Amino acid sequence: MTVTALLFASYAEALGSDRVELALPDRATVREVVAQLRALPGGAALPHSPLVAVNLTYARADQRIASGDEIAIIPPVAGG
Amino acid sequence: MSIRTAIVRRAIDVGALLAEVQDTANGAVVVFVGRVREVNDGRAVTGIEYSAYGEMAERELAAIASECASNFGTADLAVEHRLGLLALGEASIVIVVAHPHRAAAYEASRFVIEEVKRRVPIFKREGYTDGSREWVNASGVAEYGASPEHRS
Repeated sequence: MTVTALLFASYAEALGSDRVELALPDRATVREVVAQLRALPGGAALPHSPLVAVNLTYARADQRIASGDEIAIIPPVAGG
Repeated sequence: MSIRTAIVRRAIDVGALLAEVQDTANGAVVVFVGRVREVNDGRAVTGIEYSAYGEMAERELAAIASECASNFGTADLAVEHRLGLLALGEASIVIVVAHPHRAAAYEASRFVIEEVKRRVPIFKREGYTDGSREWVNASGVAEYGASPEHRS
């Protein structure tokens, strides 16, 4: 399946884009999304276990991804 | 009870937020203003650029307000967080909480700002007097195990 990962702030800067299309095996998890992103040029700037949201909700590393999910890799939050 | 939250891209009008919490059952109104500070970690700051995962930030902010209302009773609440480039002294967030009693009003206000800092996906990049800019890892949270949903 193909999914789109959204990137923000320092992570978008490191990978040179704010969205990346990824080809993933069926039943892939958040962990595999992060691993693919980290293998891209600039991807080493992402921590091994960044904050990830799936469909606007914070997700665990072992959460499964479905086709069409909105996956966001979220840098350390700094609001306020 | 009136609850309103918003992510905005213009200056925040504190007076307008105050005007939203007019229920005279509430004898205490606490206003918190977070603004751009001139020094961070010993470096002279010229301004801060705020950005966000907008849709999720709006959702998390609304969820925090709703949790605040249920945790602290019938508080009236108005919260705005600003995005974009802010100069020194400009408000990045304004929280107005009204409650019948001051103790709960202060607690509710504190709850909102701490939760915003902990879990709303807003990011900031500071500019310094030497012309450099850096992303700020204010919370330092970067592990699943310590993610906002999983911390106590």
